[in-house]
Amino acid sequence: MISFCTTTKTTTNLLCGIISSASKRAFSTSVPWQFTSTQNIKDNVHITLPEDSFRMFKLDQSPDLNIDISKEQLLDMYTKMTTMRRMEMTADGMYKAKKIRGFCHLCTGQEAVSVGMYAAIEEDDNVITAYRCHGFTYVHGGTITSILEELMGKRNGISKGKGGSMHMFAKSFFGGNGIVGAQVPLGTGIAFTQKYLGLPAATFALYGDGASNQGQVFEAFNMAALWKLPCVFVCENNKYGMGTSDKRSSASTEYYTRGDYIPGIQVDGMSALAVYRACQFAKEYTVSGNGPLVMECRTYRYGGHSMSDPGTTYRTREEIQQVRSSADPLMGMKELLIQHDVATEAELKAIDKEARKMVDQAEKEAEASSDPDMSEFWTDIYVEGSEPNVIRGRIPSESHHYR
Amino acid sequence: MSIISKVARRSISIRVSQQKRGYAAGTAQPQDGIQQGVAYSHLLKRGPEDALRNPELAHISAVNGETTKMNLFQAVNDAMSIALATDDNAVVFGEDVSFGGVFRATTGLAEKFGKDRVFNTPLTEQGIAGFAIGMAAVGHTAIAEIQFADYIFPAFDQLVNEAAKYRYRSGNQFNVGGLTVRAPCSAVGHGGHYHSQSPEAFFAHCPGLKIVSPRSPIQAKGLLLASIRDRNPVIFFEPKNLYRAAVEEVPVADYELPLGKAEVLKKGSDVTIVGYGAQMYTLENAIQLAEKKMPGLSCELIDLRTIVPWDVDTVVESVNKTGRLVIAHEAPKSSGMGAEIASTIMERCFLRLEAPIQRVCGWDTPFPLIFEKFYMPSMIRCFDAIKTSVNY
Repeated sequence: MISFCTTTKTTTNLLCGIISSASKRAFSTSVPWQFTSTQNIKDNVHITLPEDSFRMFKLDQSPDLNIDISKEQLLDMYTKMTTMRRMEMTADGMYKAKKIRGFCHLCTGQEAVSVGMYAAIEEDDNVITAYRCHGFTYVHGGTITSILEELMGKRNGISKGKGGSMHMFAKSFFGGNGIVGAQVPLGTGIAFTQKYLGLPAATFALYGDGASNQGQVFEAFNMAALWKLPCVFVCENNKYGMGTSDKRSSASTEYYTRGDYIPGIQVDGMSALAVYRACQFAKEYTVSGNGPLVMECRTYRYGGHSMSDPGTTYRTREEIQQVRSSADPLMGMKELLIQHDVATEAELKAIDKEARKMVDQAEKEAEASSDPDMSEFWTDIYVEGSEPNVIRGRIPSESHHYR
Repeated sequence: MSIISKVARRSISIRVSQQKRGYAAGTAQPQDGIQQGVAYSHLLKRGPEDALRNPELAHISAVNGETTKMNLFQAVNDAMSIALATDDNAVVFGEDVSFGGVFRATTGLAEKFGKDRVFNTPLTEQGIAGFAIGMAAVGHTAIAEIQFADYIFPAFDQLVNEAAKYRYRSGNQFNVGGLTVRAPCSAVGHGGHYHSQSPEAFFAHCPGLKIVSPRSPIQAKGLLLASIRDRNPVIFFEPKNLYRAAVEEVPVADYELPLGKAEVLKKGSDVTIVGYGAQMYTLENAIQLAEKKMPGLSCELIDLRTIVPWDVDTVVESVNKTGRLVIAHEAPKSSGMGAEIASTIMERCFLRLEAPIQRVCGWDTPFPLIFEKFYMPSMIRCFDAIKTSVNY
């Protein structure tokens, strides 16, 4: 694995290897604090979130607005978000160059949700989401190369090139699901297992504002509440279900109240720290045997629903620009870091540049890779060893014999 | 936006030497002199006289022989427009249909007929189907759209357990004859698992439903109008690959084509070839290749059009004449429509068969993304089956 740590400091290459191997979860970015002159990165910074960060439903408690978080963690959150942004923009370019085919749903603008959530949870916690999953895959340890290769359908893709954009999986991350809403009952089942096994862990089952009207979502709500499962239902409300605005699709757009008998919390999904605090709160709440929680992250996507959608036929460019300039998650985190003396603007720019370099390198690697072996076509349909002797192909003489 | 224009690309591909590939080549390069694909098909009626020469359309040329150039989504649009205009109780609904739909099939309908007759539903297939069944039960003509056939499964229970059994279980007190469910189906080249499926076999197994799949714009308009007006619940699968690719001179009049009747597209004497939907063009090319490689061979091509109830008599008559049958469809082989047709023909034509019935279908795997070209029952595979059947 090529080390991507290249900075002006001479000892960094060695340090990179040591620091990343010592961390609990493998970082798939270069070590960001090597770019800053901040001393004592393990020191905590005290941040107070704005009053309107959370709105509660049927719950007296609310998350503490005061956060004490280490500079290291803040920088890591910023680096992850900027790398994710670069990765999605690269995928955008690759799709337009027809290197990626099929469907490609980008999470540009929604980075704060995945990064904030990941910072708050542990290895035992599980996450499941729908098809806008590249960012989630990345924070759960998927390397950029493996994600880009999966998008191109190459052999070293994270799903061996067989899943594509919508079906990426990683440890404790159950994808990556194409059918809208189908992942919510799945998440409920995963939460059931955690409770059954007595694990102090929660499952975050994400879905969008469009999916919130699926019948199976309400079926999942009922089961989770009935059996007090440690399941956090996260509605990633980016205001549009493909081309339909939330107001035109939903009788109630207060998605955090849709759990009815399940308490809810509405979070500013453009602030990684707000999401971080809310996820910590949610995990604690559900794992303590209180049952499920519904969380609505109010976020926004700059791009269209997918690469086939320009994203401007159902909303104005002014709206996109307005959100981009006033609520961008990266800019928000940047301001925070500068304000609290964690890094200077120049240092953050250096991190951006490094991220860009890394993603470009990953793109080159991904392009150089090859298509999967033909044998992958008929593997993993059934568990190995239990397949029928033959599967039939297009014509009688064309079959594959497993044994 | 492609950098190279379509015209330039075609000329480049002809100049490029033929590469050796392990699977059937794409449609760009002419193989053995066969121009593959919908664009070169002779099955499409590109001239007005051509279109009206059809015996099934003979009655309209006297009344109004005007035709206009339409592709498949425009033909579907025209059919729905006529349905809405002639039936006050007709409504069209589904996800995103108001602005025109993801395939433009419902363009202009909301503007023309009003938002109370052409409206969007939330993202709920089960809800859409149930809602449509309810409307149809009271006598409305409900034309529901499921955005992709791959998403029809949440609605499976509603269609199989409610729609299909409505008339039977109420002793004909109630029925959902006014129900038509439209869904784009089949492969599109890059659809992967959930934008390429052909689920007709799942529904074919359910008595009470009718399933129709057109191959061209003229067929689509006539069959859709017939489906809407047929007093049974009908599922209308539109091959999405053909929405733009298939262009014909479509009669502007209000016309229907018969359900339950297959169409013999090419008469022959040596082997019967049966298919439906987009597969017809692949079969056309396979026949061209077969007749070129085996001079003297004469193939008969039949388009089922209605998958359930399929026209048994036409196929039986043909197989009794030729003694050989090849069936092709994109859906996986096991328990696909091919299995049903093969069994029935075996029962009816056993002594007349000269060779085992050949089925050219998709592999028994999930519909792949990167391996699509290998999965599809391509021209070469269909030709292979014809050859096997003829040389048996």
